[in-house]
Amino acid sequence: MTNRRTVTASPGEQTIAFSREFEAPATRVFEAHTDAALVAQWIGPRGTELRMREFEARTGGSWSYVVAGKGGEWAFHGSFHEITSPSRIVQTFEFEGEPGHPSLEVLTFVELPGGRSRIDGLSVFLSVEDRDAMLGGMDSGMDEDFDRLEELLTENSGARV
Amino acid sequence: MSRQHDLAETFAALGDPVRRAIVERLASADATVNELAALFPISVQAVSKHIKVLEAAGVVSKRRQGQTRPVHLEAASLARSADWLERHRRRLEARFQRLDELLDQMKEQP
Repeated sequence: MTNRRTVTASPGEQTIAFSREFEAPATRVFEAHTDAALVAQWIGPRGTELRMREFEARTGGSWSYVVAGKGGEWAFHGSFHEITSPSRIVQTFEFEGEPGHPSLEVLTFVELPGGRSRIDGLSVFLSVEDRDAMLGGMDSGMDEDFDRLEELLTENSGARV
Repeated sequence: MSRQHDLAETFAALGDPVRRAIVERLASADATVNELAALFPISVQAVSKHIKVLEAAGVVSKRRQGQTRPVHLEAASLARSADWLERHRRRLEARFQRLDELLDQMKEQP
């Protein structure tokens, strides 16, 4: 199953935009973003465990969790600036390993025909440097986890065909 | 060995339409400053300034070739920025594939 997806980052701009479709209605996808128990099941690379420290998905609430994997532990926190069910989440995001560089994330949940939906996401960073550093700074351990996942997915899809 | 230029520097250098057009032109072949200037309705001096910005970011270099010093595209610097976006795309996609699975499970237990 392939879902339409795009990721764009324009030169000189401090934003990353993405779009991703899901085989589920917007209410479900929204729930997976606002229910702490569900969030813990998919955020963070496969093989890592998410320790929820705080998660209050309401306008003015805040969140905080630790992603623990073989390569190490990474803590993140932020605030929910706006929670509008089931269409919009505006939240801040900060990696505690590099404090002082928060980003703002706006997620829009769009209903599509046939019980499908789409997330349009926009991340706004404090500077172009912050945006570009995001991948490098966060850690290479996490990327290794992703690389392993990538291999696994490739193997699996190969096996199914 | 040339110094490793920042990704941010590369992105910033490409944040201008004239500089992007210069890069597109250089992708097909090296060109002199005068040849590049002929493509734009701006002065040779202004084009020369843009080339300096690209040069400082490591996107282009000037090579001595007889009497002229044609501007050359350093493809590796662009490849690095493309690689960055690809890594980000993969990271996001990996995360959303976990979400896909969760959504599947949610379907089974209404």
